[in-house]
Amino acid sequence: MKKVKIALAGQPNCGKSTVFNGLTGAKQYVANYPGVTVEKMTGWYARKGMNVEVVDLPGTYSLTSYSPEERVSRDFLLHENPSVVVNVLDASNLQRSLYLTFQLLEMRVPVVMNLNMMDAAEDAGLTIDVQGLSRYLGVPVVPTVMKTGGGKEALRDAVEAVSLSENTGAYVPVLEYPALEDALHKLSGMLSGEEDALAAYPPRWLGVKLLEGDREAHRLVEEATRGGAEISQAAHSLRASFETEHGESADVYIARSRYRKAAEVAGLFTVRKKTTRASLTSRIDNLVCHKILGPLFLVGVIYALYFLAIVKGYELTNYTWPLLAAFRDFVESLLPAAGFIDVPLLRAFALWFVDSINALLNYIPIFFILFGLIAVLEDSGYMPRMAFIMDRILSRFGLHGQSTLPMVLGGVVVGGCAVPAVMSTKGIPDERSRLATILTIPMLNCLAKTPLYILLINIYFAGSKDVSMFFISTVSLLLVLPVAKILTMTVLKSKETAPFIMEMPSYHMPTVRGVLGRAVERVWLYVRKITTVVAAVSVVLFALLQFPGLSEESRARYEERKDAAVAEFQRSTEGNALAGGLDEEGILGLARYNDAFRAARMKVKTPEDSEAMARDFEARNPAFYKVLQDRRDPAAKQANAALRTLVDERRTIMLEMRKEQIETSVLGTVGKAMEPFSKWAGFNWRVNVAILSTLAAKESSVATLGSLYQQEEGGESEALEKRMASGESDLTPLHALALMLFMVMCPPCFPTVIAVKVQTGSTKWMLFSFFYPLVLGLSAAVLVFSGGTALGLTGEQAMWVFYGMALLLTLAMGFVGNGRSAEHGR
Amino acid sequence: MTLEELCPGESGRMEKVTARGVLAQRLMDMGLYPGVEIRVIRNAPLEDPMEVEADGSYVSIRHEEARFVEVCAAR
Repeated sequence: MKKVKIALAGQPNCGKSTVFNGLTGAKQYVANYPGVTVEKMTGWYARKGMNVEVVDLPGTYSLTSYSPEERVSRDFLLHENPSVVVNVLDASNLQRSLYLTFQLLEMRVPVVMNLNMMDAAEDAGLTIDVQGLSRYLGVPVVPTVMKTGGGKEALRDAVEAVSLSENTGAYVPVLEYPALEDALHKLSGMLSGEEDALAAYPPRWLGVKLLEGDREAHRLVEEATRGGAEISQAAHSLRASFETEHGESADVYIARSRYRKAAEVAGLFTVRKKTTRASLTSRIDNLVCHKILGPLFLVGVIYALYFLAIVKGYELTNYTWPLLAAFRDFVESLLPAAGFIDVPLLRAFALWFVDSINALLNYIPIFFILFGLIAVLEDSGYMPRMAFIMDRILSRFGLHGQSTLPMVLGGVVVGGCAVPAVMSTKGIPDERSRLATILTIPMLNCLAKTPLYILLINIYFAGSKDVSMFFISTVSLLLVLPVAKILTMTVLKSKETAPFIMEMPSYHMPTVRGVLGRAVERVWLYVRKITTVVAAVSVVLFALLQFPGLSEESRARYEERKDAAVAEFQRSTEGNALAGGLDEEGILGLARYNDAFRAARMKVKTPEDSEAMARDFEARNPAFYKVLQDRRDPAAKQANAALRTLVDERRTIMLEMRKEQIETSVLGTVGKAMEPFSKWAGFNWRVNVAILSTLAAKESSVATLGSLYQQEEGGESEALEKRMASGESDLTPLHALALMLFMVMCPPCFPTVIAVKVQTGSTKWMLFSFFYPLVLGLSAAVLVFSGGTALGLTGEQAMWVFYGMALLLTLAMGFVGNGRSAEHGR
Repeated sequence: MTLEELCPGESGRMEKVTARGVLAQRLMDMGLYPGVEIRVIRNAPLEDPMEVEADGSYVSIRHEEARFVEVCAAR
């Protein structure tokens, strides 16, 4: 099999990803280009004895060195020597598309032009002379409608033909820059003296780049060759003299020449019947970008996103959760059973592990819907409109119009997730705004923080639940905006920014295949990347909570209590027909029977199931069944009462053991060691442990508090609210407020931290994204708790004082200028 | 005058770009080059940014960036 590598190049919104999917089908692979966060999509197909590797280059309008996308595309074309470069063009906007084509031709790569979206061109009343275009440019031109697969085989044929031909770059120089040809000639002459060092670079192309003032090209020439500095200098002075002579910079002239030629070529080979371009798009935009209707529509879209993904998605989890629960039961059935008071380590570990993973897998329906809807927004062309409407506000805070979607996903209103939010920042072209977005969205209200808020509000702000919920769901935004601004003014100050200028593409009907494909692909990425991290973290946390374990003395003490409980049971059932004379093993059997019975009863939904279950248990052990269920038989009543006492005592012992174990565990020790400091923020050691455990996933906060405030194995549980309130009578609403505010800012969970690492491509930023919220959150908690205590404020008063301060800070930051426009003049 | 000063519905011929570097390049990439006819479609609901059309390309641009585009207003 002959192996061939080809590349897809094209401008954004030309349907390139449809072409990529159409050519390669299901076999695809995503990676990052080395050193940057640009995604590299690779796919394969085999045809007529040829194995074709297709690399989908990022969509770029041009091939300068101003953005990482353009740099990787350029490097790929120059250094990886693809056998064919398929240039995908939007047939309905040939002139604009040709602007990139000329740059590709100039690089002397073997091009196959693919006029995609021919249907849209026809709808717009365009007829294109494909043969004429091909003859004129000297490259094959293949028209396609990739959305429906039309022309796919012809495109593959053309790829094959070009890759088999001994193409040595028979370039027809269609594009000339009359006023620069002399300068170009001069530079080419100088460059040809350095042919060995610059063999990979066509001299004319390099000359054009030098005259454009392309930084990478200058650096390359200076570093690669001995006479480089001289050439670079010559190019600079040629640029300068061109500008004084023509009153226009060389790069503008070059771009203008490309457009002039593009207009000429497009004019030669297209016939336009009617002048309306996609008039439907204009009509939609009249509504969607309308002064009043536009923002309303945006709110509607965001609401629909929440409603469908979070609300409906949650309802779906009612159907998927039983599957996960069944898996847990299955694992449980394989594990050694719990002893009288001992839980085997393997059992404890495996259940902990399964619970941690299940908590995340439970989100899959939500994410599937969410990712599907995002794909709809992306494919339809609505995203740029969203940015168009929101940019004014967001750019005031150093963010970007395109930060809207990440913020929505992160949970502007309660209930988002920072992981997809961070992942969706990929498209933001302005590096400074992008980093500011990545660093601040974990502060928004993710779905998993909500249970803790609800728990605390129910206990400590029960009288004002609605206002407190309003406070917590809006205060995060009042923190995100000023913090983003402060970050862009300080640590992010030196980061590259990019102009906002953005294309407003025509609207397209998203295809089912495209949307589902993307949703599945992203969910899979989530499962693979995030679940593995959580699995690893959960193992570590388990160890930290488990070891060193109980001391010999306390273990002996608990054993004694157990023996006493067993003896008590034996005494009170002496001579009992149903449960009398049982040894310890027999009693444990009864206790387990009791556990199993209760667990089974929890799952019963219909009366028929209930009967079947009763029959099953009666068959398993008629005597035990009587003890549990027979209310009239005196022996059963006596045994039942004894069993109650035994079960209660067993539960108490196990809880105390668990509590003591956590207290003496590594994490508990750390939590206690932190208490002298954390008390300024109002956190006791239990809260400290809960906070530490949230690092795996925010859900853990409630679960850990749950076990610290006595969660039991195999029994009905009292609501955690009650247990916390009774166990912590020394906590006040002020404590709760400090904890809630800390949770708002609280360092991102590990999955988010990993997402940050992926999206920034930097360990430094990853660490920063972890530690700065920690400092910020602690400061806020100390401010609220210590400040509130000193001033004698109630929880509610402190809440509104803090809110007022955040609001003021937000407004103040909104008025500070960003000084961006000054940068473009240079 | 500059593109920033054109109101929605008005159009003009682009004369020159006074920005340098990446802003100039991005304007070119989006089809805003000297000589092209630019029509202002609308301002965003909060005034900024604005949407313009040039040669069939629809582009959104901030006012602070439009300031670097010099145009000659058409009658």
